[in-house]
Amino acid sequence: MNSTLEQPESLRTEELLVNMGPQHPSTHGVLRLLIQTDGELVRQAWPHIGFLHRCFEKIAESVTYRQVVPYTDRLDYLASMNNALAYCLAVEKLAGFEVPERASYLRIIAAELNRIASHLVFFGCYGLDMGAFTPFLYGFRERELILSILEKLSGGRLLYHYPRIGGVARDIDPQIAAEIQNFIKEMRRVWPEYNRLLSENAIFIKRTANVGVITKEAAVAYGLTGPCLRGSGVAYDLRRAHPYSLYERFDFEIPIGQGLKGTLGDCWDRYWVRLLEMLESLKIIEQALAGLPEGQITAKVPPVIKLPEGEVYVGCENPRGELGFYIISDGKPQALRIKVRAPSFSNLSITNAIVRDVLVADVVAIIGSIDIVLGEIDR
Amino acid sequence: MTPAEIHSRLKEKFPSAVGEWQEPKAGDPCILLEPQELHEVCLFLKSEPGLEFDYLKLITGVDRGDKLSSVYHLYSYKHQHALVLRADVERAEPKLPSVADIWPAADWLERECFDMLGIVYQGHPDLRRILLPLDWEGYPLRKDYKQPQSYHGIKNE
Amino acid sequence: METFTQLYNGPYSWLLYVTVMAVGGAIMFVWAAGMAVIWTYGERRIAAFIQSRLGPNRVGPWGILQPIADGIKLLAKEDVRTKVAAKLLYNMAPLLVFIGAFMPFAALPFSERWVVVNMDIGLYYILAFEAVEVIGILMAGFAPGSKWSLYGGMRLAAQMLSYEVPLGLCVMVVIILAGSLNLASIVEWQSHNAWGFKEPWILGWTIFRSPAAFLAFIMFYIGGLASTKRAPFDLPEAESELVAGYHTEYSGMRFAFFFMAEYASMYLICGLAAVIFLGGWYGPIPQPAVPEGVSLVRRWSEFVAAAGGFGSLGGWVWGSLNAWADPLNLRILAHEAIGAFNMVLKAFSLYFIMIWARWTLPRIRIDQVMHLCLKVLLPFSLLCVILALVQVAVF
Repeated sequence: MNSTLEQPESLRTEELLVNMGPQHPSTHGVLRLLIQTDGELVRQAWPHIGFLHRCFEKIAESVTYRQVVPYTDRLDYLASMNNALAYCLAVEKLAGFEVPERASYLRIIAAELNRIASHLVFFGCYGLDMGAFTPFLYGFRERELILSILEKLSGGRLLYHYPRIGGVARDIDPQIAAEIQNFIKEMRRVWPEYNRLLSENAIFIKRTANVGVITKEAAVAYGLTGPCLRGSGVAYDLRRAHPYSLYERFDFEIPIGQGLKGTLGDCWDRYWVRLLEMLESLKIIEQALAGLPEGQITAKVPPVIKLPEGEVYVGCENPRGELGFYIISDGKPQALRIKVRAPSFSNLSITNAIVRDVLVADVVAIIGSIDIVLGEIDR
Repeated sequence: MTPAEIHSRLKEKFPSAVGEWQEPKAGDPCILLEPQELHEVCLFLKSEPGLEFDYLKLITGVDRGDKLSSVYHLYSYKHQHALVLRADVERAEPKLPSVADIWPAADWLERECFDMLGIVYQGHPDLRRILLPLDWEGYPLRKDYKQPQSYHGIKNE
Repeated sequence: METFTQLYNGPYSWLLYVTVMAVGGAIMFVWAAGMAVIWTYGERRIAAFIQSRLGPNRVGPWGILQPIADGIKLLAKEDVRTKVAAKLLYNMAPLLVFIGAFMPFAALPFSERWVVVNMDIGLYYILAFEAVEVIGILMAGFAPGSKWSLYGGMRLAAQMLSYEVPLGLCVMVVIILAGSLNLASIVEWQSHNAWGFKEPWILGWTIFRSPAAFLAFIMFYIGGLASTKRAPFDLPEAESELVAGYHTEYSGMRFAFFFMAEYASMYLICGLAAVIFLGGWYGPIPQPAVPEGVSLVRRWSEFVAAAGGFGSLGGWVWGSLNAWADPLNLRILAHEAIGAFNMVLKAFSLYFIMIWARWTLPRIRIDQVMHLCLKVLLPFSLLCVILALVQVAVF
């Protein structure tokens, strides 16, 4: 449509504007990248988003607080447990509900399992972007184990509606716990395989090291969070800095990029941080299962939730970064305003700044390493 | 530093720009700012040693019925403290200075507020719609928004 | 026997000639096309096992009829045409690529006499047809009139042409060591007199005769991977992310031509490597000895030199039909069959490694591809040529 075509200011007429997307095997989701190419070289890239806009924030103003929870699942659909967790924490903080310990532990187990599943999708799809077809299948083999666990736990494979306001939906039983133990063993066994196959592969390193370098200052200035921030060397993880849902009880490392294969903050660093985070999540799950306290799985929550007048912001560490919910309430059963702080939204905004004078293959590597999900960018 | 302390520091420096401190009954406190002085205050917050808010988490546009607000969530990695700022503007002429030159993260965040609520950020390098198509009419998150009947011939039934 | 010699010397000799050649050519064409058929199935199965899944296993026992199903599908597909810029080029491109991939099979041997035509310049003939393929690809990129397929085609042609140089230099190493362009002579050279042994078995292979040859084999293989656009060098095709690969505008049977040409040229590289580096039919499995005096290798010019010796596949078929029960002939048959089996074993092993590499390694970026060719393979292959020259001069 002519009306949606725009002319960036600095367009030179000899260079070509090419579209990558919105339907594209390499852009993760419906992202349109407008690329200004000079032969093989990409001079600049402009991401265009909004193809997956589903009016979450407007809908959230007209349904009750409980009814918003399934919508939050669909924001970052690969890390569904983490989204609902952040939202429930925000509501509980403003309302003053006390979540039982058992529920917090179960939320952590679910969130960390989902983190591993999300990072496995990243691992597989990043390999696919680089042209290595096999890591995708290896990653999804392990992801299948997680999905079947989460299906037993919540009833869904991708979108769970499991963390509820006040607690969680269902309790864990010994069979699920045994399956989780089994999965942890499997994951620890195959993790070195992933490194032999992809991480240490000379061709993969040549494609990703020294490519798409994001400096510490740029990462902070553009509001990057999650593995993108940690890959540039900033040791900041919300689970450590501002623990929520009893994360302070668990012992785990925060992997940061160290420029092992090239420059600090390149694509390989971000990739490596995510791989290491999978191992850390395994540790957390083990500790949570071992120390699971007895008790209720949900607090006493009134049938109609009315939050007091006021506003609250709670941010959680999603696999992609800081997912935050900013809730403004005016005392009614529906919120006045719910705003989602989507990590991929800010992460993607750095694209124009770092995709300068690179090859087309590097654009794919960079976008892949930022690991975006359009569901939360567009909401 | 707690939000109250930061507020008193700000009030010292910008007596006319900063509103009075209000302890909220529930939830997070918020500092009210005058729209015209928003840019100076933010520059101060970013560069002042002891404050150094280098991370702009979120810019939210809110329709409070009588006014539109732009709410800023800030954080400092160095001092690990957070802050919430708010600037209110009239519905008829919603203009605010842009902070995109202070925090590049504001680029896209302000575009989204413009897209959804129509708040115009002056000085923004490239203020255009981000989520909705460029030729969309209306600002959806305003309370008085009426859905269009059709868009380029596609009916809304 | 008499019939044959009579016929040959008679007025219709040219007809016999042509028939014999045609039969041989047809057999080889079927083999070359068979490579595409077998290996579509083989690649998918091997890929599946590498990826921890099963692959096609529904159509026929263990899925071996899958290629037939694929063939039927391709034939039945609608021939979607763009408003092409150059109709003639659009139609000719698949044919040229096909010819460039299938013609060299005429010189590729299975065994001493199991070759369509045993040319004195066989090696040169095979390498020359790569150029025809490149022209076909350039046409395929240009013809549809889309900027992107043009870019893709040109980039691919650049890659193929650049890798021809180190490929040719590695082949030169063998020519220097063996002293001939004739493929059968090269294999014969590998089967005698190495390391002090009269019958050196595996040690007679080119790769063990000289460190230069060993290096040249590895570089030939890498160059061959790049030349046939196989992963990890398949960036020009896979860049249908942004740029349409050269064959995106083709569908149905036209696409099948490109497809078959790719598999056939893969076998060509593997078969050629097996012949000139790995001893051809003189392989791991020892062949039954043939009595002295029976010369098996017949050259184009000695087509009917000796009784019982026919220098071509077609001629062998004719000769076998004539002298079927002769025990000498059966012995020769066994010798050659095992030789052919050796040859196919080696070529298929190299083919398997090509598939293995594709499904394990990521893609190399186009500038890194060219860097590899011009800054790594080219100097090293020149070095190998010099080493080979030194070796031949000194030892």
